[in-house]
Amino acid sequence: MPESASAGPLSFPPSPAVPSSVSTPGPELVQLLTPEGERVTHPDYDVHLGDGEYRDLYRDLVLVRRIDVEATALQRQGELGIWASLLGQEAAQVGSGRALQPGDFAFPTYREHGVAWCRGVDPLKLLGLFRGVSNGGWDPHEHNFNLYTIIIGSQTLHATGYAMGVQRDGAEDAVVAYFGDGASSQGDVNEAFIWASVFNAPVVFFCQNNQWAISEPLERQTRIPLYLRASGFGFPGVRVDGNDVLAVLAVTRAALRRAREGSGPTLIEAFTYRMGAHTTSDDPTRYRLQSDLEAWKLKDPLERMKAFLYKQQLADAAFFAEVEQAADELAARVRHGCLTMADPEPLAIFDAVYAEGSSLIDEEREQLAAYLAAFEPTAEGRSS
Amino acid sequence: MAQVTLGKAINTGLRAAMEGDSKIVIMGEDVGKLGGVFRVTDGLQKDFGESRVIDTPLSESGIIGTAIGMALRGYRPVCEIQFDGFVYPAYDQIVSQLAKIHYRSNGLCPMPVTVRIPYGGGIGAVEHHSESPEAYFAHTAGLKVVSPSNPVDAYFMIQQAIACNDPVIFFEPKRRYWEKADLDMSQTPVGLHDARIVRPGSDVTVVAYGPMVKTALDAAAAAEAERRDLEVIDLRSMSPIDWPVLLGSVRKTGRLVVVHEASVFLGVGAEIAARVSERAFYSLEAPVLRVGGFATPYPPSRLEEDYLPDLDRVLDAVDRALAF
Repeated sequence: MPESASAGPLSFPPSPAVPSSVSTPGPELVQLLTPEGERVTHPDYDVHLGDGEYRDLYRDLVLVRRIDVEATALQRQGELGIWASLLGQEAAQVGSGRALQPGDFAFPTYREHGVAWCRGVDPLKLLGLFRGVSNGGWDPHEHNFNLYTIIIGSQTLHATGYAMGVQRDGAEDAVVAYFGDGASSQGDVNEAFIWASVFNAPVVFFCQNNQWAISEPLERQTRIPLYLRASGFGFPGVRVDGNDVLAVLAVTRAALRRAREGSGPTLIEAFTYRMGAHTTSDDPTRYRLQSDLEAWKLKDPLERMKAFLYKQQLADAAFFAEVEQAADELAARVRHGCLTMADPEPLAIFDAVYAEGSSLIDEEREQLAAYLAAFEPTAEGRSS
Repeated sequence: MAQVTLGKAINTGLRAAMEGDSKIVIMGEDVGKLGGVFRVTDGLQKDFGESRVIDTPLSESGIIGTAIGMALRGYRPVCEIQFDGFVYPAYDQIVSQLAKIHYRSNGLCPMPVTVRIPYGGGIGAVEHHSESPEAYFAHTAGLKVVSPSNPVDAYFMIQQAIACNDPVIFFEPKRRYWEKADLDMSQTPVGLHDARIVRPGSDVTVVAYGPMVKTALDAAAAAEAERRDLEVIDLRSMSPIDWPVLLGSVRKTGRLVVVHEASVFLGVGAEIAARVSERAFYSLEAPVLRVGGFATPYPPSRLEEDYLPDLDRVLDAVDRALAF
């Protein structure tokens, strides 16, 4: 049969053009605070906080940004090997982090410094990882905050498995898996969606769409808005203004509640922007326009919360001065702690490779110890 | 005493483990109602329920990735990868996560996950169903890699692997699933990583593991007719390796032949040859010889008899070792 004869009912329509909604949100974007700090309502989501709680959110935003700025400076001074900045994503992280209950468990990537802050992880422990004194740094079970996972997307499966464990325990905890727009292309993330869906696992997939996967724009990852992906997997997706801490808090609380009630997973796409470089090793001037950055600066998550507090008369100049001072003190503590952080002893290489030990590790530890002991001690320690 | 097959011995070991620890869960493709394609998990879902014997999506990375999450929650997952050649989609989760999380967490997060993999050839299967990928895993720090060769070891080793707080890659010699032996469940097993001399001898040491132990024993029986006395060691653990047993034997016989189905190039035998030449150089009367698969992909099954080490190839190596 000639090919043209198959035209008609058997033919498929051409793929639609990439809709502008991929990178330009429309009315689906959940927002409770405009970039100018105006409080707006949404038919499905809302938060009612006490005055102090609003102020605390702002304080969190300021402090985590200050940690980030200080860490970037420490990297520039050679004190950290690398740093992955969260600049611009403070509201997405603080809003979702503050939505968590103590029993909930979060699985971060390597950029969730704001969530770590909300879970009570000392910022210095984050710096230890980037300084190179540890591959981890904190007790995941003490904070219900997993170690940073550097391989893109792997932790979404861990979160789903953890949630399956919660189900088996009959517990009412929920789990949140953080990942980014780049990770949405990974097989593991898609597998996690499938597993969470078919097992109805109590997990919230929290995607910070910061528009960039190092140098690759969102258009290289998707032809549809990311939150719409969820429907193909059989669970709801929602797109929230990731620079609006109140909207992120409201949406995440709702998704966590859904998970706890046994209604299964939710995908949250927090629409935000990576205002800094991917890491301190990156140079965004090679691949994106300064004008884009300037446009996003107008949507800064801290400025809109500050404007809101002023407009609602929830805070005065003394409050803002006090927060600035707290940030200065935190920065000083982080800086001092980083500079005085000791390197591990050489034989620590062999620590904790196995829970139950290994004859091979024992042998190699002895070999290195004997080798090191063969050097004559000097006043400065090991001779060269 | 009942005669049981190797497959049934693992099944019995899994059941015993699950009865003793409610945190043990089995995860894999077709492990539930079907009982696994080799029936190793037969009847377990019926008795322990769907929440403990989980038929998973066809997603190997998902099996290992979610098992990691369950282990973080305090569970002790036993994952089945249906066939050796299906493990590669899970390789990233095994190597980058499972093997490293205890180290990353400075010992705070143990990963008591067992990964069962039926492996090796000799069953006339299509591509991807006959591979021996153990060296990839033995090369990865943080994993332990073992393989039973007989029903008794299989029964005890699966329980030891599950009880271990480290991730254990448990390679099951699929062509030996139907081999039978008397199983005395009351005996005290040796350690999971202990090698064992399964046939004492004085002329040449032959070390093998998993499916090749029977081949080595058959070769030793045949060699006896020619008045050659082979010592056969069942390595049992490819990571870590029980060097004292191996070196003790080589110091006695002076000759060593290593046998495995996996490619000889950079295989477990390469490590054994290197270590033995480092540690027992003056005891060796001949170079350490290796018998194994060729540096080719696993061939079509009509050629596998020529690819796989067999009795004659083991004896050929023994001859060469003795000729030095």
